[in-house]
Amino acid sequence: MSDTQGSRRLRSAPWADKAFEWLTRIFAFVVFSLLLAILVSLVIGSQLTLEKYGFSFIWSADWDPVREKFGALVPIYGTVVTSLIAMLIGVPVSFGIAIFLTELSPSWLKRPLGTAIELLAAIPSIIYGMWGLFVFVPLFQAHLQPAIIDSLGNVPFFGALFAGPPIGIGMLTAGLILSIMVIPFITAVMRDVFEIVPPMLKESAYGLGATTWEVVWRVVLPYTKVGVIGGIMLGLGRALGETMAVTFVIGNAHRLAVSLNAPGNSIASALANEFTEAVGDVYYSALIELGLILFLITTVVLGLSKLLLLRLARHEGAQA
Amino acid sequence: MKLKSLFGSLLAGAMSVGAAHAVDITGAGATFPYPIYAKWADAYKKATGVGMNYQSIGSGGGIKQITAKTVDFGASDAPMKGEDLEKNGLIQFPAIMGGVVPVYNLKGVKSGELKLTGALIADIYLGKTKMWNDPAIAKLNPGVALPNQAVSAVNRSDGSGTTFLFTNYLSKVSPEWKATIGEGTAVKWSTGVGGKGNEGVANYVARIDGSIGYVEYAYAKQNKLSYAQMINKDGQVVAPSDDSFKAAAAGADWNSVPGMGVVLTDQPGKASWPMTGASFILIHKRQEKPENGKEVLRFFEWAFKNGARMADELDYVPIPDAVIKLIQSAWRSQIKDPAGKTLY
Repeated sequence: MSDTQGSRRLRSAPWADKAFEWLTRIFAFVVFSLLLAILVSLVIGSQLTLEKYGFSFIWSADWDPVREKFGALVPIYGTVVTSLIAMLIGVPVSFGIAIFLTELSPSWLKRPLGTAIELLAAIPSIIYGMWGLFVFVPLFQAHLQPAIIDSLGNVPFFGALFAGPPIGIGMLTAGLILSIMVIPFITAVMRDVFEIVPPMLKESAYGLGATTWEVVWRVVLPYTKVGVIGGIMLGLGRALGETMAVTFVIGNAHRLAVSLNAPGNSIASALANEFTEAVGDVYYSALIELGLILFLITTVVLGLSKLLLLRLARHEGAQA
Repeated sequence: MKLKSLFGSLLAGAMSVGAAHAVDITGAGATFPYPIYAKWADAYKKATGVGMNYQSIGSGGGIKQITAKTVDFGASDAPMKGEDLEKNGLIQFPAIMGGVVPVYNLKGVKSGELKLTGALIADIYLGKTKMWNDPAIAKLNPGVALPNQAVSAVNRSDGSGTTFLFTNYLSKVSPEWKATIGEGTAVKWSTGVGGKGNEGVANYVARIDGSIGYVEYAYAKQNKLSYAQMINKDGQVVAPSDDSFKAAAAGADWNSVPGMGVVLTDQPGKASWPMTGASFILIHKRQEKPENGKEVLRFFEWAFKNGARMADELDYVPIPDAVIKLIQSAWRSQIKDPAGKTLY
């Protein structure tokens, strides 16, 4: 029955496969052209400031809407620093969770824990922002922040990073909230790729007397590094572009500060804050150029991760 | 001849039917007056069957959309300059007023106990007055136990009409503020942190001991925030209230600025609250779609007549009657259809 049906379909519609191929091809190109269109419209939109400031826009820390002087250094710095903090905390923690879930957890715990992590990933970012401001900030300000300032703030050189009054709001807080937000993303990807490691490989290693750590470090990680880096990049992408949660807790100050406890600004939160009431062409154009810079930062990060993967692959070839 | 007039009256009849079922009108712009415009629109729809759709996308967006003629009217918190109005063929009028109040978080100092001057607030936001027990603050507040605590200045991080009124007032009372910071819906703050929206500022103020911020009066009142009294232009101590906002509006000379673009900060008068301001409506002088233009004017005519109580309920301040007369005479003399006939 199914056989005759299949051959009849082939005979009656030889064009169907072709049409399907073209349809999917068009979809793929739509995505590509959308990307291009966004880039082009960002460049056109920021024409005014691109011409007026040139590259000095990137390293000027001035942001004065009244006198129409704009520079992107503060938001760029804030974006990079908060994402870096998020990665520094998020990646090791996610790695630990993923190892526990795949290697150590008793099987009855695997499912509920895994589901919990996936649920965390589904929480809208505004909820994280509100939770951050209403719950995390007061606790952080009252208990953790004074301790950090008292202990780390007195270390020579390094201490300047943690100096300042404990106001609870600032780049460190934003980085911490971001790290909580990226953990489920990175964990979910890491767990999925760890699970595809052939049991035989792991069992052989265990059979040779390897510890769990050695199995993870020498067998699981090399086997899954592409996926692991992909997961980290996914998390980094979310951290770089996160808007609402950061806006709530970063303090939104256009001032360059060494201390992580000081308020700062990120590109995404500057856009969220200022776009609606940006009166004046130069102001508007400066905000669009900020968007363009965020676009470029994300592209560069993705490019670097591809490069890293290529290098890893070449290295592997040399070993063999 | 007879047939022609019959046809003519039929056509007129058809048109008046069209007017009765007039198209819904659209507006876009400032977020500060959104609650009252939405409430008016709701009541107007019930009363007349004509809908008014207002998108609170921000003053910048409102100005963009009305210049591009994609909406029937725009709304802006900061008045548009006379030459810009002229250039774009727009007319401007105030539709609703409100006030900005300083709020603070200071242990042991109750709401309304603190008195401040504009110059003092400017010094705090410039980072010059750093401590709450600064002699300048202490001198104004004898008997208030001011702690030896650092002042944290909280500002609005998003562009807003509230910030415009606040910085406009500080520019009027502090030459240094005018020279270094200036006025605008967003400015370059020299100290402190920024919260998004009134709720963001209120939260940061609640979080940080020894902080001071500024929010819309309606927000401060509804959320029972600790607010400061101000010393106004006449040297009198005033508390924020509908009456002190109305007092500020009463003495204003609306024709002194083109497009009635008067900012009601630092107004003379014993009872005037120094940080009062109006939110403005922008419409084209030459109405290419006269039906829509007419409907916009009808809407605001209705709102001026019937909307005052709703405004009071939401802690806005309605436009005084004398000013409504001015606005309506401006409509009469300036808004025309393409044939040059007045609309109102």
